[in-house]
Amino acid sequence: MEAFLSNIDRVVDGFSWTVRLTLFSALFSFILGILLTAMRVSPVPLLRGLSTTYVEGVRNTPLTLVLLFCGLGLNSALGLSLADSVALDVFWWGVIGLSAYTACFVSESLRSGINTIPLGQVEAARSLGLTFTQNLRLIVIPQALRTVVGPLGSVLIALTKNTTVASVAGLGVQEASREMKLMFDQGVAPVLPTFVGFAIGFLILTLPMGYFFGWLSKRVAVVR
Amino acid sequence: MSAQTVLFDVPGPRARVRNTLYTVLTVFLALIGTAVLYLGFNRTLSERESPLFSAQTWAVNPQGQWAADKWEPFLRPDTWTGYVIPGLQNTLTAALTASVLAVVFGLVFGVGRLSEHWWIRVPSGAIVEFFRGIPLLMLIFFTMALPIVAWQLFDIPTGTFQVSALVAVVTGLTLYNGSVLAEVFRAGINAVPPGQGEAAQSIGMTRTQTLWTILIPQAVTSMMPAIVAQLVVLLKDSALGYIIAFPELLRSFTLIATRESNVIPAAIICALIYIVINVSLSRVAIWLERRNSGRGRSSARPAAANGAPAPVREGAGGLPTPSGTAAEPGVGDTATESRTEEEPGDGDDPGPGKGPGGSGT
Repeated sequence: MEAFLSNIDRVVDGFSWTVRLTLFSALFSFILGILLTAMRVSPVPLLRGLSTTYVEGVRNTPLTLVLLFCGLGLNSALGLSLADSVALDVFWWGVIGLSAYTACFVSESLRSGINTIPLGQVEAARSLGLTFTQNLRLIVIPQALRTVVGPLGSVLIALTKNTTVASVAGLGVQEASREMKLMFDQGVAPVLPTFVGFAIGFLILTLPMGYFFGWLSKRVAVVR
Repeated sequence: MSAQTVLFDVPGPRARVRNTLYTVLTVFLALIGTAVLYLGFNRTLSERESPLFSAQTWAVNPQGQWAADKWEPFLRPDTWTGYVIPGLQNTLTAALTASVLAVVFGLVFGVGRLSEHWWIRVPSGAIVEFFRGIPLLMLIFFTMALPIVAWQLFDIPTGTFQVSALVAVVTGLTLYNGSVLAEVFRAGINAVPPGQGEAAQSIGMTRTQTLWTILIPQAVTSMMPAIVAQLVVLLKDSALGYIIAFPELLRSFTLIATRESNVIPAAIICALIYIVINVSLSRVAIWLERRNSGRGRSSARPAAANGAPAPVREGAGGLPTPSGTAAEPGVGDTATESRTEEEPGDGDDPGPGKGPGGSGT
């Protein structure tokens, strides 16, 4: 355990990338998810079709492939660079891949939330003369968000764990699981304590998140 | 609520004009996006000097990703027999093995968590929470490193045994998805109406008999959609084997991509194969869900838990899992349609538990 603790700075460094990946991806996937949901329920058939195709396509593709496509396809083959340093460049491509993937799940949660809103709410809004956008922004989304706090929390937890896939070849963000693998391979510390240490790190991130969202979903639940 | 028909009125003349405008705008943006991708993958980095509006820029570049040469490998039988099919076999082997083991793991620990002995309940809970809370990839890495652990802890020489990539993938998939399934089973068993268990005990069945002959069959039936949805996640997660060089489907395609330098065609076809398999599996989940909800007075329905006559299709009282299926395999239009027939606002409560993708990658 001492050998592991003496490398604690590497662990903290790995988790700092994990946390940054999670935060930025959560932000972007949330925005994109709301956009996709709005498209999904919009009056324009083309937008609905696009959103459905995107969500169903990306949701059923393995995340490894999505991130590999970002790393090997867009970053290397297309030659799109997002930052000067390699570490930041792959980081942002990781964020893009994770956001593109997670947005599908955000959108699916939100859509199931929209389905829980009583018909009368929307009918009342329409009879007041609210437009589609106003209806969505003022009536539907706020209520839908409250009912899907729980599922969105699960999505965030899954995202936190999914950031480990950003260590995939062709991308290689130096996040926690990659740091752990490197420490295994370099033999700087015994494997078991290293594994347990990193596992505790992830539990520190995910368990409170689970309890927080469980509490929050009860707190903001809509009583009907 | 049927979002599609209720959120907006039947478009009048102005709305129709506006919608057409949005459609045109979307088509325009989509065309720009497509053009950027087309051009980006058409020319290699060194060839990107020619002006935007010239025939040379837009013509299919024989070196680019859209050239017929780059797609041609997928028309040759040897690509399929030599790479794709063996990869698919490995993916399916790993996924099937892990599915069976995960269901067993899930049953054991899901039931374990409900045990009345604390010395079974507490460890079961700890194991489930642990494997659910850490990333699958870490489990796979750790399993790969087991020979080193054996050497460091018990002085077993490193050559004594080896962990193959298949074993590592299957172990990881089993532990992670098994833990998620344990929660599914637990929720399912809890959702069986208490009268079922009470009746079984009153005719003299033991607790174990009650569990295995009365509660679990009903729980499994009602949870079938959630179970299938988790198996889709498992299949998708098997692609993580790529990272530890397990020769599965994704790895086959990267090998093809390296050999033929056709990253983009390979990625597209690989994604299509995964999508076809997963969408078919999701359809099975929806079919099961429909079939279940069509059952007459089956007590297996989670909704009956609160004693209501159960107009609610999934999950009364915020049950952890069944609602996960609402969002998870709820593929496209079929799910939406089935929803429109429901009474507004009487259910579909997306419970707090394993929401969409509350699991897996």
